[in-house]
Amino acid sequence: MSAVIGTHGPVDAGGHAHDDHHDHDHGAPKGWKRWVYATNHKDIGTMYLVFAFTMFMVGGVLALMIRAELFQPGLQFINPQLFNQLTTMHGLIMVFGAIMPAFVGFANWMIPLQIGAPDMAFARMNNLSFWLLIPAAVMIVSSFFMPGGAPAAGWTLYAPLTLQMGPSMDAGIFALHILGASSIMGSINIIVTVLNMRAPGMTLMKMPLFAWTWLITAYLLIAVMPVLAGAITMTLTDRHFGTSFFNPAGGGDPVMYQHIFWFFGHPEVYIMILPAFGIISAIIPAFARKRLFGYTSMVYATASIAILSFIVWAHHMFTQGMPVTGQLFFMYATMLIAVPTGVKIFNWIATMWRGSMTFETPMLWAVGFIFVFTMGGFTGLILAMAPIDIQLHDTYYVVAHFHYVLVAGSLFAMFGGVYYWGPKWTGVMYIETRGKIHFWASLIFFNLTFFPMHFLGLAGMPRRYADYPIQFTDFNMIASIGAFGFGLSQVYFLFFVVIPMMRGQGAPAPQQPWEGAEGLEWEIPSPAPFHTFETPPRLNAAGTKILGYGAPGQADASAAGAHA
Amino acid sequence: MMTMRSLWHRAALRLALTLGAVLAFPAWAVNDLKGGPAVNQYNLHPPASAIAEDQQWLHNYMLVICTVIFIAVFGVMFYSIFKHRRSKGAKAANFHESTTVEIAWTIVPFIIVILMALPATRVVVAMKDTSSADLTVKVTGIQWKWGYDYLKGEGEGIGFVSTLDPVQREMSNAGKPEGDDYLLRVDNPLIVPVDKKVRLITTANDVIHAFYVPSLGVQETAIPGFVRDAWFRAEKIGSYYGQCSQLCGKEHSYMPIHVKVVSQADYTAWVDGKKKEAAAKADDPNKVWDLVGLQARGEAVYTANCQVCHQSNGKGGGAIKALDGSATVLDTDKTKQIHVLLNGQNGGAMPSWKQLSDTEIAAVVTYTKNHWSNATGQVVQPTDVAAARK
Repeated sequence: MSAVIGTHGPVDAGGHAHDDHHDHDHGAPKGWKRWVYATNHKDIGTMYLVFAFTMFMVGGVLALMIRAELFQPGLQFINPQLFNQLTTMHGLIMVFGAIMPAFVGFANWMIPLQIGAPDMAFARMNNLSFWLLIPAAVMIVSSFFMPGGAPAAGWTLYAPLTLQMGPSMDAGIFALHILGASSIMGSINIIVTVLNMRAPGMTLMKMPLFAWTWLITAYLLIAVMPVLAGAITMTLTDRHFGTSFFNPAGGGDPVMYQHIFWFFGHPEVYIMILPAFGIISAIIPAFARKRLFGYTSMVYATASIAILSFIVWAHHMFTQGMPVTGQLFFMYATMLIAVPTGVKIFNWIATMWRGSMTFETPMLWAVGFIFVFTMGGFTGLILAMAPIDIQLHDTYYVVAHFHYVLVAGSLFAMFGGVYYWGPKWTGVMYIETRGKIHFWASLIFFNLTFFPMHFLGLAGMPRRYADYPIQFTDFNMIASIGAFGFGLSQVYFLFFVVIPMMRGQGAPAPQQPWEGAEGLEWEIPSPAPFHTFETPPRLNAAGTKILGYGAPGQADASAAGAHA
Repeated sequence: MMTMRSLWHRAALRLALTLGAVLAFPAWAVNDLKGGPAVNQYNLHPPASAIAEDQQWLHNYMLVICTVIFIAVFGVMFYSIFKHRRSKGAKAANFHESTTVEIAWTIVPFIIVILMALPATRVVVAMKDTSSADLTVKVTGIQWKWGYDYLKGEGEGIGFVSTLDPVQREMSNAGKPEGDDYLLRVDNPLIVPVDKKVRLITTANDVIHAFYVPSLGVQETAIPGFVRDAWFRAEKIGSYYGQCSQLCGKEHSYMPIHVKVVSQADYTAWVDGKKKEAAAKADDPNKVWDLVGLQARGEAVYTANCQVCHQSNGKGGGAIKALDGSATVLDTDKTKQIHVLLNGQNGGAMPSWKQLSDTEIAAVVTYTKNHWSNATGQVVQPTDVAAARK
């Protein structure tokens, strides 16, 4: 049994003498019921994170199979059809199975703690939105074993190639529907929680940025997940019910699919990065021992990015025969996103400026994030230029670009978040050396994998290629070696950081492991008790400290505010 | 103890051998491919058209700006990381907002972005101007080959399909690639004259493909049911290579593009050669055929055009009329069936096939009149069709 499992609950059982009329005082339920019937935001958050990490490993294995095949020119291990399945499923699993659920896991754990809410607003819906992930994941992973293998049309599922796929395509579509429903439920929960359940005095503009970025992300999700659902439903009816939305043989328009897909897909990109901005905005001030610079402008920059994300989708389609005005509009709009993103980078650096910095593992990840994510930002700017995109569209340059923003962006931020909040979740400090090994190995191998891909793309190697001209060999070899190193680094993380922490092995974490960190999550014990803030806390003016519980003058509840 | 150690040694030796085998990959004997990828190429292809040159210039321009910003921003960050750390005794300052600074670092990037967009705009406009082309070629993406049809300009009417050399595909399967143009060698390259504006009209037969030739600065998707266009003007004679860049199914990696740019004189010679070839292949409309020859020809025409509806057994189905035993087909007046083929029937349910040649129509009519249970013994000659067309 893990520490996460074992140590919430009756930790503070004796911590309160009053409130004995409350008969709902209980610790964590025991056994499987605790997880299947879970309504506790911390348990659900844990399940989300474990699920996401599992899918991350599955997606990682697929990626390594791809890189093994591409180690040398010629086909060695994998036939081209299976290769296409691997690239497709790697993308789908990482986006929908790993990154998105992981951020929802963070939201479940941290938003109630950060805003002083007792739980998520809709506890049972929260349970449902997690458990929907399981059948979807089973369906999507098992599609490899269906007749004809897994979908092989690329994660973007462009029509009319999807019409040539076997039955696994339908399984994939159904799985995406379920994952979308789950995401929408999660988003509704987050919006309602943030808007209605903040502790008295926690005004919106005092909320930690993580809550802010998630609030905006949740709106994005609600806006675009139905668009994806529409696109794949039309694909489904084209496949089986004789409609011709995207089937040119019946007068359908394959380009329309792309428009609809990317109207979802581009905001989706920001859905996967905005919560990461929130995590970084929590870590940098904590280890610079200095308040976040330009809080207000950070909020506005996040909102601007979210709004702009709706008007840039067709930059994914510059080579689809877009008219000149279309290319110009989408080029300008895309380049504009660099402005609010730049503001964020500058704010983080200004936060570090003249701080008193230390570099524990979370800070390393945060600085690594800024450094490597910015490189992804630059390549994004270069790709936004329509004439250059004509050279680089659908080449390895694009692969390099989006892995720089998704792996070095979202994933690095989440690793930072795990090291930063992990002690609060498990009550155990990770071992600093191990964290540093994980960070440096990941950073080096990440760049070894993806930096050469820029060169391959510039030299014109198209993506999703199972075999390539011999001239591309050396860079592919380097990338493959890097990929295996990166994969092993994550196995190290699992066995030497995650599992020991979950088992409760290691030094007990103090309530406040980081001297510079501010926020309500550091005002409760580590590990966080099973129930927190059942009585609303009274906050200081900045909304970062708990002065007591209940109405002023009333006797305070336990220091933890826990009725556990 | 000894056995343990020797066991360990043996295991280590075996591991080293395996690793050695894996790491001692064949040193690929490969040279730069002119017009295609160079060995370990790390930048864009040497441009062979003005647009490609502009794209490269823009890319360099962007690289310079981004590098300057990169050095400035991370110079500040790393200075801060080294100076403002607690181990150096840094005390945290207390500032956390400044409207002036915020406005400054919103406006300055905005201006930089405009500076980036201005030259790009000029190139976009030039890139999209496909007017007044000297030569128009329709490029059709087919799973997994390219069809080229010369629509307008010198060479009009030439059309052929370009496929990967099958030897290359076998080398790929065997995992034993070889040659500087591995996966890039095709049977029929697209041949165009130098210094002429070539307009490409892209479309596809099945799924989306993309015609991508880096040296010429062209990448345009080929979309089934739709046409798109792009253009290039190659400024240097030579071969330029590219590959399909839009995932199009299993053999996506195996549909390369080879554009061969030749001098005007060579191009004219090539066109003349192609025309003679085509003339030699074309049917003489005045030839008198025998029954067997026409039937064999007719079967091919039937399979390609008629079988979808009328079925291989000639029975049709539903609204599709049967040909087997059909009165029109069996009729001794052969002009009746020719009339149906030329003009269609039932309001277009049976479409007009007048785009087929006289020989093809004659052949398929003869075939249907003498196949299945139909045994009229009638032979329809191309001249009969020509007469019916009038």
